[in-house]
Amino acid sequence: MQRVDRGVGVALALLGVAVMHSARSFPTVPGQKLGAGFLPMIVGAGLVACAVGLLWRSRRAVPAAAAVAQGSVMPALVIMASIAGYVVAAERVGFLLVAPLVLLACCRALQVRWVPALLWAIGGTVAVHVAFYKLLRVPLPWGVLRPFY
Amino acid sequence: MDALVAAVGLVFQPYVLMVIALSALYGLFVGAIPGLTATMATALLVPVTFFMPPVPAVAAIVTATAMAIFSGDIPSALLRMPGTPASAAYTDEAYLLTRRGEAEIALGSGLVFSVLGGIFGVVVLIVAAPVLAEFALKFSSFEYFWLVVLGFTCAIFIAGSDPLKGTVSLLLGLLVSCVGLENPAGAPRWTFGNSELAGGIPMIPLMIGMFAVSELLRFALARERPVMATERPFGNVFKGMWGLVKKYPLQLLRGSALGTAVGALPGAGADIAAWMSYAVSKRFSKEREKFGTGHVEGIVESGAANNSALGGAWIPALVFGIPGDSITAIAIGVLYLKNMNPGPTLFVNNPQNIYAVFIVFLLAQMLMLPFGWMAIKAAKRILAIPAAVLMPLILLFCIVGSFAINNSMFGVVVMAVAGVAGFFMERWGFPVAPTILGVVLGTMLEEHFFSSLIKADGNFIAFVERPIAGTLGALVALIWLWPLGARLLRRTSTGASR
Repeated sequence: MQRVDRGVGVALALLGVAVMHSARSFPTVPGQKLGAGFLPMIVGAGLVACAVGLLWRSRRAVPAAAAVAQGSVMPALVIMASIAGYVVAAERVGFLLVAPLVLLACCRALQVRWVPALLWAIGGTVAVHVAFYKLLRVPLPWGVLRPFY
Repeated sequence: MDALVAAVGLVFQPYVLMVIALSALYGLFVGAIPGLTATMATALLVPVTFFMPPVPAVAAIVTATAMAIFSGDIPSALLRMPGTPASAAYTDEAYLLTRRGEAEIALGSGLVFSVLGGIFGVVVLIVAAPVLAEFALKFSSFEYFWLVVLGFTCAIFIAGSDPLKGTVSLLLGLLVSCVGLENPAGAPRWTFGNSELAGGIPMIPLMIGMFAVSELLRFALARERPVMATERPFGNVFKGMWGLVKKYPLQLLRGSALGTAVGALPGAGADIAAWMSYAVSKRFSKEREKFGTGHVEGIVESGAANNSALGGAWIPALVFGIPGDSITAIAIGVLYLKNMNPGPTLFVNNPQNIYAVFIVFLLAQMLMLPFGWMAIKAAKRILAIPAAVLMPLILLFCIVGSFAINNSMFGVVVMAVAGVAGFFMERWGFPVAPTILGVVLGTMLEEHFFSSLIKADGNFIAFVERPIAGTLGALVALIWLWPLGARLLRRTSTGASR
């Protein structure tokens, strides 16, 4: 935790300084001395102060917390990649084509076997499509399937 | 009286009752699956409630969370995995009871005392909220400013174990709330010329990220195979419960009262209520040595506490618009979307809506007995569903739900960033609750600060001149200075004894 606190402390200090710097350019409320920069200024100063506190505290050795048993980071990366993939591709390719891929990729990353994963990918997509597009009228993107709409 | 009749009419409609029944099943299911929390259940519900009238929307959240907090006890007793963090305090106790062959006691006490604690919290809510609202009608921006600051202070000092990291979390939340045009000067802050950012960071996708996506990431990284503690079918879970009520009336009352109070404090919710109550129960027990060996006393007290906290959390949420826990933080967002802006005027202008919420609360507690009993009966089948299969579908729900709030991909991006942030914050010991409070209340803080400042013509003394504002300000100062004072006191007393 010590090393983490030190890294986070440095990052927070930099963030705080950046916040204070940009807060100076915010305009005041008409007729008042303070304005849109006031709260950001306090937040920035607070972040710097807390960063100093964290760094100061991390000098002392703290008993290390018990290490968390952790599997491979791959499944988590696949989850984040699927979200990114959806954001990039859904508008162009369409929900009905991207969603099954998201489901399939995540199922496989979490070690669901191929056949249930495939069934789940198709069934889940249809279920979400019916619930959100048909019932709740959320305009899920059609993408390349637009002509079949 | 007319309002009460109108409220009954609002609740007892086929549509609303159907929403309540479905949310009950949903809440029980989500609560029973380890890794899916009650807050996550709420966050995932919001995109759906988005399309409902106000009363069923609130009913869905209230019912689902009450059920989820109870059903979190089921995998605690059977798998030694809390279904929601609120059950974690007494997971070992319940599991050991089951291992000893007393699964009925473990599950039954979880259910019965959840219901009793829940009813206690709701009764306090029903009695206290209107009285407080009457009082709050006299509040001006000065009092509201201090209330928000007091809320932040509670979240940092009372709810968290590390005030320094809690403060960082709060500041980050405030920073997020600063983004956009919504500030007293109407100036663009960190919008970078982007029209989506000009509208501010959307709250609901942020919460879905912080409470659902972060949970998915946590699940993906750490997986353990749970072992079912018992394979035999369960007998009557209500057997012996009356005996427990008669044996532990004080514990029930103490847990419910502490739970309601902790729930009402901003930033602290059902999970902290359960931990505190378990500790209190052990401290004052006549059979302290039995704690940790499968003793039901702690389950009685903290099981009541975590459900009573739910009702308690709604008190500041409805009266002041200050959430008592993460669930009400999300619920407040829903209330605003539904033009049911929380605050004392809600009690004056729309009493039927408030009464309807109260009725739903009571109804949810009553329904918990039969529905909870069914959930216990179906427990083994629910727990046999591998979570690995559910998680991808939940991810898709998160994505579509975040998109649906503004029909914009920006929401999905916010969700993803918040998910990663929430994951690392938890891992590095930064509590998430103060961040949420900062995001929800940042705008309110600024608004009340500036309208007070304008009223006082720039004179800061005016912030503490009114009696209630002054008292609240003094309370805030006291809590902040307390650690310093305590340290000085300790130093002088050790100096004197030397």
